[in-house]
Amino acid sequence: MLHLPILQVVIPLMAAPLCLLLKRPQLVWLFALFVSTVAFIISLLLLQQVSTTGVISYELGGWQAPWGIEYRIDQLNALLLIIISATSTVVLIAAQTSIEKEIPKNKHTLFYILYLLSLTGMLGIVSTGDAFNVFVFLEISSLSAYSLIALGKKRQALWASFQYLIMGTIGATFILIGIGLMYQMTGTLNMEDLSQRLPQVAQTKTVFTAFTFIIVGICLKLALFPLHLWLPNAYAYAPSIVTAFFAATATKVAIYLLIRFTFTVFGLSFSFTTLPLQGLFLVLGLMGIIVASSAAIYQKNIKHLFAYSSIAQVGFIIIGLSTNSVMGLTATLLHLFNHAIMKGAIFLALGAVVYQIGNSQLVNFSGLGRKMPLTMAAIVIGGLSLIGVPLTAGFISKWYLLTALIENNWWPVAILILLGSLLTVIYVWRIVEVIYFKEPLAENTSVTEAPILFLISIWTLIIANFYFGIDTRFSVQLTQSAAQSLFGLSP
Amino acid sequence: MNDLFAVVMLLGIYSLLSASFFVAMDAVDVAFTEAAVGAGISTLLMLVVITMTGRKENTKRHKPFLALIVVIFTGGLLLYGTFDIPHFGSADSPIHNHVTPRYINDSINEIGIPNIVTSVLASYRAFDTFGEVVVIFTAGIGIMALLSVAHHSEDNHKIAAVNDSMHERYLVIRIVSKILIPFILLFALYVQFHGDFGPGGGFQAGVIFAAGIILYSMLFGLSITRKVISQPFIQIISAVGVLLYGSVGLVSLLQGGNFFDYNVLLTDPVAGQHLGILLIELGVGCTVTSVMIMIFFNFAERRELQQHNNIHNKDLES
Amino acid sequence: MITGLFNNWIVIVLMMSGLYIVIAHGNLIKKLIGLSLFQTSVFILYISMAKVEGGTAPILAENIKELSNPLPHVLILTAIVVGISTTALGLALVIRIKEAYGSIEEEDIQILDNLPQSKTQKKIMDGEQ
Repeated sequence: MLHLPILQVVIPLMAAPLCLLLKRPQLVWLFALFVSTVAFIISLLLLQQVSTTGVISYELGGWQAPWGIEYRIDQLNALLLIIISATSTVVLIAAQTSIEKEIPKNKHTLFYILYLLSLTGMLGIVSTGDAFNVFVFLEISSLSAYSLIALGKKRQALWASFQYLIMGTIGATFILIGIGLMYQMTGTLNMEDLSQRLPQVAQTKTVFTAFTFIIVGICLKLALFPLHLWLPNAYAYAPSIVTAFFAATATKVAIYLLIRFTFTVFGLSFSFTTLPLQGLFLVLGLMGIIVASSAAIYQKNIKHLFAYSSIAQVGFIIIGLSTNSVMGLTATLLHLFNHAIMKGAIFLALGAVVYQIGNSQLVNFSGLGRKMPLTMAAIVIGGLSLIGVPLTAGFISKWYLLTALIENNWWPVAILILLGSLLTVIYVWRIVEVIYFKEPLAENTSVTEAPILFLISIWTLIIANFYFGIDTRFSVQLTQSAAQSLFGLSP
Repeated sequence: MNDLFAVVMLLGIYSLLSASFFVAMDAVDVAFTEAAVGAGISTLLMLVVITMTGRKENTKRHKPFLALIVVIFTGGLLLYGTFDIPHFGSADSPIHNHVTPRYINDSINEIGIPNIVTSVLASYRAFDTFGEVVVIFTAGIGIMALLSVAHHSEDNHKIAAVNDSMHERYLVIRIVSKILIPFILLFALYVQFHGDFGPGGGFQAGVIFAAGIILYSMLFGLSITRKVISQPFIQIISAVGVLLYGSVGLVSLLQGGNFFDYNVLLTDPVAGQHLGILLIELGVGCTVTSVMIMIFFNFAERRELQQHNNIHNKDLES
Repeated sequence: MITGLFNNWIVIVLMMSGLYIVIAHGNLIKKLIGLSLFQTSVFILYISMAKVEGGTAPILAENIKELSNPLPHVLILTAIVVGISTTALGLALVIRIKEAYGSIEEEDIQILDNLPQSKTQKKIMDGEQ
């Protein structure tokens, strides 16, 4: 129990090279699934430990915190760890079936190794309490992400991956510059230590620059409007399984970093009072919602459509942050959680379609409602959840967001948010129309329902979607107390 | 400048210059690594790629204004940020007075080796270094996933013939290098085990060792090198390196310490530190060597494949 | 005052030339070169902050009082490795892009990517995934 924080990261990490020794793809898949499940169980145990004993600090190498590297788990970390490891496990269930048709056979083992490394990277970013260690694990997750995206079938995947590599590396280097300047002003890399030493030098120009570089770097990774250009193609051309995994987790990790740096490391008063970050987030978030949702309406490829929708959803999440209130932050965290569930389900369902008909052009979805009823129902339910229809998880987070906005008396923003949801209705309706009210294309008449492993993983997420839309005790309690502790209030 | 060959060579020279700058700044370990990586491996890889993609660049700039705006903006921000930075070389800046003094004053008692960089790298911040090894492992796997080609043995003879004729030409270089290579490998081993006392360690050693092998394969051809070191073998070594590094941590867990707590490895903490550092440096060395060779092999094999396709196409035409 | 910050300004110039190359050049290898210039300039930023006036390399020996700060050295060792990993992966992508598109100029690739899209209206079957 004592070593859970490190085991969380090291088990998938060590499993990756082991896969190389196992060789047989089928075996590697089962092994990866097993490892991911173990990681999920550990994250649940960690959450339980955090809620009973409070923040867990783990000193790596037995060296005390500012000298050695520290793993620090509080409720926010635990929440993220659960999101990542849970979606990774569910997605992996369908992985073997899906990559059969999308990735050449001799690369299956490598695919799972990269998948596990990417999981490791994300878990490492979330667990660590050391600013430089964040950079190292960020690179593990990024390098594996570039390779995974490049495994896509089309040649556009290569180009998307290259663009992502350039943007991602610029982002990571910005973060590195920021960390360096911060270190130069304080002499420490430990986040907790930084948060205590930064206020003394908060008025300096250097710290301002450091802050800007870190935030811009993270926003590049986050695909916050207008730094989102790499995302749609990366999501659309990556293998379906990779898209499902990243759509559910990658941006979430970046948002976690944003929250960690603005709330914990630099501190609230610096981030939101000294600097105009609040207004900036609000404007960029709103523009992101409107622009990306409008772009989504015109997409011909459903993967592109939902990729733009992901950019829009980042907007909702950022607006929650900009309210600078416990309620708003709760909404942000809730939406992190819920969005992971719904986007995971939607992209998995799209993966099932690609498995059956070979592509994800909207036209090809005509009449599939009768051919693949369970998969199509999942896409529609996921879409309803994106809109925020009651009884789905999406409703809960939208509700909290609106409450937070109204608490702040930001009526115009609330109205714009509703407008954004209206745009969501439009693009979801386009899909519903094609699926249920059109005749199937001639070449798709013999299409059948997706394989059982696909259905299991899709419907696990869909049921979770309903569950967290109805019984909100777990998600709301957890996010609320995480938000409170970030604001320095005891829960 | 639109000749990529010249640009790559300039980048190599720049790397070498910055390595000498690092020596002037007392960062001998970093200089060593930068010289091996920046001026060595990275230049080499770029040259290999240029031979495959062509060395001329299209002269048209496509987003000069956007680029200029971004650059002016970020540059301005950085310039603004420098005004409150502690001055160059001043001993009273925060970084010299917080955290670091413990490394300088106590590391000899706590770890017991004179090279503080190695102490910090391999013990105080061992987990960062573990992450670094995993990064390079990831890159190796990623490149393999991108480039690895299935072998058709009957095709290989033709390529081998072409290559051999090329390799047999430079007799003097071949003989000189043949004498040099054992010394390079020996030097790598020296660097590997001397990292505790002077600049060096697993990473530098790995790069040098790999450079030795790469030199061999450049002179004598891939097919011969492949007989000496097979791809699967290299892959296994790269995995073993990561596993070795990680299992040092796992063993310290089993011994009742925290992850990477070398003090518990042996009864005497300082001896435990020694053992721990030795083992993890070995892990680093294994992974770095094998991944570097793996990367080079994959690049070169892809090149062979292209050449083969070209020959094949010419055959078809004629 | 000026001399104390001079090293940082050099770094900024290097950094910005790297960043400019990444954005303004269409050749993918040139982009990677710019990227690695950008990264190496950050190394210089870190290393020059570690220097102490009159200090020596951080290896303990007799008769030495001032040592330079070892921590930035360690960080940059890690960063160099990360840098070469990224460059190598980027180069591997360039090779594949060259094979798939027949060019490594950004403009050519974008043209090639846009071409099929206008054609796909008729036969979406061969269109994108």
